[in-house]
Amino acid sequence: MKLSSKDVLGIKDLSVDEINLILDTAESFLEVSTRKIKKVPTLRGKTIINFFFEASTRTRTSFEIAGKRLSADMVNISAATSSVVKGETLTDTARTLEAMNPDIIVIRHSAAGAPHMLARLVKQSIINAGDGAHEHPTQALLDMLTIKTEKGRIAGLKVVIAGDIAHSRVARSNILGLIEMGAQVTVCGPAMMIPRDIDKMGVSVSYRMNDAIKDADIIMMLRIQLERQADNPFPSDREYSNYFSLNSRNIKMAKPDVLVMHPGPINRGIEIAPDIADGVKSLILKQVTNGVAVRMALLYLLAGGA
Amino acid sequence: MKLLLKGGRIIDPSQNIDAEMDLLIENGKIAKMGRDLSASENNSTTVETLDLRNALIVPGLIDMHTHLREPGHEYKETIQTGSEAAVAGGFTSIACMPNTNPINDNRSVTDFILKQAGICNMANVYPIAAISKMSEGKVLSEFGDLKDAGAVAFSDDGNPVTNSRLMRNALEYAHPLDMTVISHCEVLDLSTGGTMNEGSVSTELGLQGIPNVAESIMVERDIALADYTNTSVHIAHVSTAESVRAIRAAKARGVHVTAETAPHYFTLTDEALREFSTNAKVYPPLRNMKDVESIKEGLKDGTIDVIASDHAPHSSIEKDVEFEYAASGINGLETSLSLSLKLVDDDILTFHQLIEKMSTNPARILKINKGTLTIGSDADLTIIDTQKSWTVNVNIFRSKSKNSPFQGWKLKGKAIMTIVGGEIKYKET
Repeated sequence: MKLSSKDVLGIKDLSVDEINLILDTAESFLEVSTRKIKKVPTLRGKTIINFFFEASTRTRTSFEIAGKRLSADMVNISAATSSVVKGETLTDTARTLEAMNPDIIVIRHSAAGAPHMLARLVKQSIINAGDGAHEHPTQALLDMLTIKTEKGRIAGLKVVIAGDIAHSRVARSNILGLIEMGAQVTVCGPAMMIPRDIDKMGVSVSYRMNDAIKDADIIMMLRIQLERQADNPFPSDREYSNYFSLNSRNIKMAKPDVLVMHPGPINRGIEIAPDIADGVKSLILKQVTNGVAVRMALLYLLAGGA
Repeated sequence: MKLLLKGGRIIDPSQNIDAEMDLLIENGKIAKMGRDLSASENNSTTVETLDLRNALIVPGLIDMHTHLREPGHEYKETIQTGSEAAVAGGFTSIACMPNTNPINDNRSVTDFILKQAGICNMANVYPIAAISKMSEGKVLSEFGDLKDAGAVAFSDDGNPVTNSRLMRNALEYAHPLDMTVISHCEVLDLSTGGTMNEGSVSTELGLQGIPNVAESIMVERDIALADYTNTSVHIAHVSTAESVRAIRAAKARGVHVTAETAPHYFTLTDEALREFSTNAKVYPPLRNMKDVESIKEGLKDGTIDVIASDHAPHSSIEKDVEFEYAASGINGLETSLSLSLKLVDDDILTFHQLIEKMSTNPARILKINKGTLTIGSDADLTIIDTQKSWTVNVNIFRSKSKNSPFQGWKLKGKAIMTIVGGEIKYKET
């Protein structure tokens, strides 16, 4: 089986079968990263461009390691080093890159829909590594892989996503994916961080942590994006941590075997207490490990086998 | 030179006429209207006779809200291409907003626009001047001088007049000059950063939304100011249910408020943005189905007086970019009439009401001597084939820009001839 589209732009476009295919493929790649020689020749001779218009350490590095472990040639471009600073449009940059015949372009962009625009313009495969507050499909896939490997299933679980939902592409992709895979999703945060009509995406909405995390199987905490607070003011970090953080007191409301996730980078002591982030229930570093496997799976499914 | 229009159905709301009659144009004026007018009665000069059976003959359509981009942004549109687009869309008169470069906030720009329009000699072009200098919302522009130069109304369109005191002054100063103030209603505190309607679609797309109340709060303010000062105000591009409700209530209690909407606000919803289509990005943004229904109700019950295109040409330089960075605006002159005719097909408006909203009422609000077929008035007429099916093709637009979300749409009804001052300026081939 192959993916139906040349691109991976969002969870919205992936069927249940496609998500399962990606997760199964990723599971088979997990082992490669534990070998002494962490490299397979699968994508030898393939060129992958990592095109990041927005600062990123973990996602960019994760894609780079994923590509290198599959023997692809990885090229990193960031907005600061590209012609973007010279005023070139995304359209022109895209056509220029296309003319160099890469096999896959991985793009992160601060504008929602930028990868979709690129996908319409070029014949190569586009992977969305995060577009504005829209989607971050590889993060949701690695989160789903983590839940599946730790809990054995996704369907029927109660998952709470808490934090700045309005500005979070991680939240949107996870909502779409988890609901599609049969989980029950609750979003939680202060009212100004819950976007209008989010319930129409099929989630429950809660404005109080204690209510939201009751009986949760998975709690996914989001980073509070302090850099975006100018247009979404919250009284203070102190107020946030008092009422919306996950800590050793309120986590008792959840199921005893609850597991905690966070896409990183975390703000210790703001949305998550250090002892929770570092505790036995935390899956934060497993998410990072699984991220490499999920990205290997996508690169393989889009560029392999040809 | 005489022109005899034979066999058409004449609808003129200004005289409450709806009848099959012939119409004679002489020396650029409406000379005669009646049954079975014959060319032979007029023995002196040559008479060109047009057989217009099955066509609708109406007072020349007036689009009171367009952006012609000249001076300053001639790569998007010029007065020439804009007025060619106007007559191709059935409009004999258009009013153009002042957000050019330089802004039309002084006599020299108004003079320039009128001079260019005279050279083009297509549609009648009526400049709307800025309420405030540079449309900055700080100091009033010279209303008296601008009126004398030929401006027909005042608006800072593109920007709201945020300062309520300045708006009050504008309304009170314009009123004795018999000039209309047109308000672009937008509370910037609520809209800034937004790129589309706030609702389930913006939430799914992760785009910052612009709430309905960003418009309606200022509509309510302007109604309150017009009421308090006993003046009048015209609300531009109404897009929300809340605004319609506010205007309806104000009219009911006798406030002198008039309002316009644009075809995209009763034709499209924010669903049109799902694929990040920049051609559907517009300000105010496309709303949801509830708003579309309210706009239609407002048109039907007379709350909304005018349909204007808010023709906002933009080139590919502004539109072929990331959605958030794209300019707002829809190219409207060549699709406006057809999209509006659908309201008649859908039994929302009668032809009489439609022509009121596209000719009689804009003439009344701009206080221009147009929008009527009374004997002796300027022979500005639009001839419409209400059954003609056609497909929107931006590549053959007369407009210089192609930014229409209606590309490829199959529409019914079209202007087949546009007559300005007795001269045929457009004829469907």
